[in-house]
Amino acid sequence: MKHTLSVLLQNKPGALSRVTGLFSGRGFNIESLCVAETLDPKVSCMTLVTRGDNSIVEQITKQLHKLIDVIKVTDITEGEFVEREMVLIRVKAEANTRAEVLRIIDIFRGKVVDVSPTTYTVEITGPESKVKAVIDILRPIGIKEIIRTGTIAMARAPKK
Amino acid sequence: MSKITGSQAIVKCLHEEGIDTIFGFPGGAVIDLYDELLDSDIKHVLVRHEQGAVHAADGYARATGKVGVALLTSGPGATNGVTAIATAYMDSIPIVVFTGQVPRVLIGNDAFQEVDIVGITRPCTKHNYLVSDPKELVSTIREAFYLAASGRPGPVLIDLPKDVVASMMSFPEKKPIKMQTYQPTMEPHPGQIAKACKSCLKAKRPVLYIGGGVILSNANKELTELAEKLNTPVTMTLMGLGGFPGTNPLSLGMLGMHGSYASNMAVAKSDLLIAVGARFDDRVTGRLDAFAPHAEIIHVDIDPTSISKNVDVDIPIVADCKHALRAMNSWFDDSKQFDAETTRDKHQPWVNQVQEWNEKHPLTYREEGDIIKPQYVIEVLNRLTKGDAIITTEVGQNQMWAAQFYKFNKPRRLLTSGGLGTMGYGLPAAIGAKLAFPEATVIDVAGDGSIQMNIQELATARQYGAKVKVAILNNNYLGMVRQWQELFYNKRYSATIMEVTPDFVELARAYGAVGLRAKTKDEVEPVIKEALATDNLVIMDFAISREEGVFPMVPAGKATTEMLLV
Repeated sequence: MKHTLSVLLQNKPGALSRVTGLFSGRGFNIESLCVAETLDPKVSCMTLVTRGDNSIVEQITKQLHKLIDVIKVTDITEGEFVEREMVLIRVKAEANTRAEVLRIIDIFRGKVVDVSPTTYTVEITGPESKVKAVIDILRPIGIKEIIRTGTIAMARAPKK
Repeated sequence: MSKITGSQAIVKCLHEEGIDTIFGFPGGAVIDLYDELLDSDIKHVLVRHEQGAVHAADGYARATGKVGVALLTSGPGATNGVTAIATAYMDSIPIVVFTGQVPRVLIGNDAFQEVDIVGITRPCTKHNYLVSDPKELVSTIREAFYLAASGRPGPVLIDLPKDVVASMMSFPEKKPIKMQTYQPTMEPHPGQIAKACKSCLKAKRPVLYIGGGVILSNANKELTELAEKLNTPVTMTLMGLGGFPGTNPLSLGMLGMHGSYASNMAVAKSDLLIAVGARFDDRVTGRLDAFAPHAEIIHVDIDPTSISKNVDVDIPIVADCKHALRAMNSWFDDSKQFDAETTRDKHQPWVNQVQEWNEKHPLTYREEGDIIKPQYVIEVLNRLTKGDAIITTEVGQNQMWAAQFYKFNKPRRLLTSGGLGTMGYGLPAAIGAKLAFPEATVIDVAGDGSIQMNIQELATARQYGAKVKVAILNNNYLGMVRQWQELFYNKRYSATIMEVTPDFVELARAYGAVGLRAKTKDEVEPVIKEALATDNLVIMDFAISREEGVFPMVPAGKATTEMLLV
């Protein structure tokens, strides 16, 4: 099963490599990883998507927590959460497909961020499922290049 | 505040931590620090290879319970220490390793004797640091010592750029260390303790399975109290030997691949397994689904990652072993449900059963006339040292025979590389232990293969008067691998025959030590007696029966009840 972990860690040289080294050293897999500074510049937040049964994810969580630079580990898949990923897609846009590409982008509420005589570069944001859907639809038209950010996620605020 | 150099600050930090002996090897990157050491009262032990320095610091730490310290230069000095750092990491041994590093401006330039030792040792240290700002040097060292010794102990490495050590800095006053990201759980959860204790009362066939955690947390007294209170047999991992007296009638000795028949049977038939400071290593469990199949499992460990890593645990207790055992003992003392006599009687049939197994298949070996059996050598060592020597071992058959036939009654008497299985550990570790306890008898039980991995440390031992005794069980083989080849590879002895070994008696002489040799069984006792009576470094060379095996043996991947017996 897919798990999205939110990891707060000290913003120090080598801290990221401790996390990735842990995954490679213990044979855990990383599907995506996103990391940047938080409001406190001394602390980074990492969103890490991994796959495994409950005992593997429990072990991953514990091992992460054991790293001295790690402050907090939350498996946000355990509760309600919002997730977003951004993707930049350079898609073929020649005379016969330009209009169709624009229509598709519009349906997915994407934006064209760069134009050339034969391509559009579009930006789409959404949960992983939406990103996948857009890629599936554009693929037959001809995707020349694609860059994904990986997922970031946040637990939903309590409703009460 | 007046300023001091980095070197002076490091020496002051060592004093602060109560360090009187360090092990190391100099080089360009640490020459400033070595210059400072000349004026300090800290004893520096010059080893002959950096691996020896870190193993010696490790042996010092295991024998004393204090943090061991090693000092290595940059580049090859640091990389030579890596095996020994990994050894300490696998066995959770508190050491601090200082390595020199090229000046900050050269880092990343492929400078002379530059290596990214922080990157290299990241997966085999508890934590490590590159000190990139002189202002952080003192706080880093203090934090390193705290990390090494607290929680689940382990090695911590501090990489010191040459210009940082040479710069001037203030020396702030020491304050209690508080780390936001590191707070080991010492005290057990009372609810879990009550649950565990109630399970102990229900159980008919309980077994205590204890590991190195009991020794690291100095919990042997509490453990013995619990075992006797509950009349429960105790089996130990290699790292746990000495955590419970080996001559106590409740002791089953070691379990696992080369464990006693009674240990492995007891675990297999138990209805409650109380694991304390042990980590369900594959050499202990054998085939996982056949390990303690009928037992409810209680697991006490300070490291949450050890719990339910290999085996699902029913009652996890995250705590320091000493605290947890103390809490269990008090729970029984205060509980109306517990009656010592009732419990003793209830468990007695089980204890009888276990002892029956032990009588049926004790640890034993076949005599063969005049030929020296390695097990006999260990038995004589045990008898003549009254089971009270500090024994270090190399790795392989020598290690297993020492673990099986020496009866460790006290903790910190067996120093051995359990997790990593590092050949070459025993001699430098023995030197570390001997320098910590000059009055103690320290014996390195070695094989003719592994002793050669760090034999250069004989010179270190001589230079510092570390009069250790090395007992080489010499079979001209890499015996453990040969044993596997005999049993599972159709006796195809690929690369396990030591066609050339030095004459160890002559070699001892070359180092200014005493060399003794025994070729027949009759000569064993006189040789050991002479070695123990000799006020010098001694090598004993025992020509043992060449193809002797270590038994019982559970073939890798089999259930622990499928033992090959003598």
